Amino acid sequence: MQGEGPAICLGDDVDTDQIIAGRYLRTKDRSVWAAHLLEDLDPTLAGRARGAVIVAGRNMGCGSSREQAVVALREAGVVAVVAPSFARIFFRNAINVGLPVIEAPVLPCTDGVHVAFDLDARWVEVDGERYPVRPLLEKMVAILRAGGLVPYWRSGR
Amino acid sequence: MSTLSEQILGAPAGEYVDREVDLAFAHDGTGILAREALRDMGVERLPHPERIRLIFDHIVPANTGTTATLQAELRGYARSTGIELTDAGGGICHQVMSEGPVRPGMVVVGADSHSCTLGAFGAFATGVGATDMAAIWASGSTWFRVPETIAVRLSGTLTGAAEPKDVALTYVSRLGMEGATYRALEFVGSGAAGISMDGRLTLCNMAVETGAKTGMFYADSTTVRYLEEYGVSVEPWIPEDCRYEREIDIDLSGIVPLVALQHRVDNVREVEEVAGTHLDQVFVGTCTNGRYEDLARFAGIVRGKRVAVRTLVVPASRAVLARAIATGVLADIVDAGCMVAPPGCGPCLGAHMGVLGEGEVCLSTANRNFKNRMGVGGEIYIASASTAAASALAGEIAVPEVA
Ligand code: SF4
Repeated sequence: MQGEGPAICLGDDVDTDQIIAGRYLRTKDRSVWAAHLLEDLDPTLAGRARGAVIVAGRNMGCGSSREQAVVALREAGVVAVVAPSFARIFFRNAINVGLPVIEAPVLPCTDGVHVAFDLDARWVEVDGERYPVRPLLEKMVAILRAGGLVPYWRSGR
Repeated sequence: MSTLSEQILGAPAGEYVDREVDLAFAHDGTGILAREALRDMGVERLPHPERIRLIFDHIVPANTGTTATLQAELRGYARSTGIELTDAGGGICHQVMSEGPVRPGMVVVGADSHSCTLGAFGAFATGVGATDMAAIWASGSTWFRVPETIAVRLSGTLTGAAEPKDVALTYVSRLGMEGATYRALEFVGSGAAGISMDGRLTLCNMAVETGAKTGMFYADSTTVRYLEEYGVSVEPWIPEDCRYEREIDIDLSGIVPLVALQHRVDNVREVEEVAGTHLDQVFVGTCTNGRYEDLARFAGIVRGKRVAVRTLVVPASRAVLARAIATGVLADIVDAGCMVAPPGCGPCLGAHMGVLGEGEVCLSTANRNFKNRMGVGGEIYIASASTAAASALAGEIAVPEVA
């Protein structure tokens, strides 16, 4: 599985409240979540998210277990999230909704630089420099490829 | 040379593994969601219904028509698929699973965050979401990231009125609410052997309050003897030398009764510091401290006296209730003026019975004191069964006397 896009750089400990604030959870309209993605951190971010790869710091997605956080990222068109470490439930939720999450070393990041990844070949490339990523299981990649856990099962695995 | 998680999951910390799940359980709340996810996934046939358990504990008996209808649907689903159902009154899912089903070395997954409780048997036990649970029911397996491990090294023995709950509050306050995120906790050291199975379940139960994926004890002679009572024979598990990511030391002989102040479980003080705080309710129960030893300790203190505040006692399971009846512990509790409710989660989650009113203060033996958990505007102090007993008699927070 491969992908690429311009980088959006985030720091350490971005929690799910920052990803999608609690005040937007009353709706079930996913486009609302996408429109307000990471709004409190950077109001311009949602507008740049489509086709981008998020390069985050440690403990990405910590905080509450709200599944809306990964749905918001996916609906906003984020291609993948790369980070040195993820909060456990965020990581599981991301795979389950088909959002690639990639564990890599701490990467140098400047907004807009080109990021590419190949999960089968196990690398991520930032601004022309290649880094190793922690290999996912084949099953996890298959779930991602299907677009998440529910479609993975619907398609007969 | 591996940690217990690494041995059971069969890979070094940090790696992803796909593992068969030995037991996968859900309760009335999450069971409904897993059932819905299975429908979305188009799954009809479950390959291993014998590995699945449904246990009704969160809202039992049903409080409204809506709850009753959802439970009836899930009951029907269990019947049609051959899943073993423990219906209302059987007890809290984690407790029911601890009364025979879970064995050392198993991989156990529950659709509830306190599934880590079952690590007390030396099983790898953790909680997942309802969609994950549906996929586990559909396939019999799931993936895990093998966690790094923090050792909680216990030495000495508990003295005075200190209980395993006070040890749990000690490590939670030392690690903090995010201190062990994604890690496994292993309770090791010379002090571990002296802790009963009920105490181990209490200690492992609160692992998730530090963000941990699970808390574990190595199976030893205590585990073997406990499971023998349920007709299950197992072998002790000999620990290997291994490298922990971090270690914390706790001297059990130095522990005194503790209490967590609202609204954080890691906001821990000595009971003495808040003694005299007015209470409107005392609640003894939950998957943390609703076991027989807790009820017996509570009864030992209130026996022959009268509680001075509304006090609700909820046994963690039917087996706990039956034993408390047989030994006279329940009569002592009732004679002291306490209410007794059917086995289950009771008021722990604030869904029904024992809900707090605005501004009311409760001392509870549960594991969480988050804002509004037991009712909007209510305040929760978390403590042991002994502290609950002393406080119930006083009508205010009180330090338990040495038995
Ligand atoms: S007793 Fe409380 S913490 Fe335990 S499973 Fe029930 S609701 Fe959750």
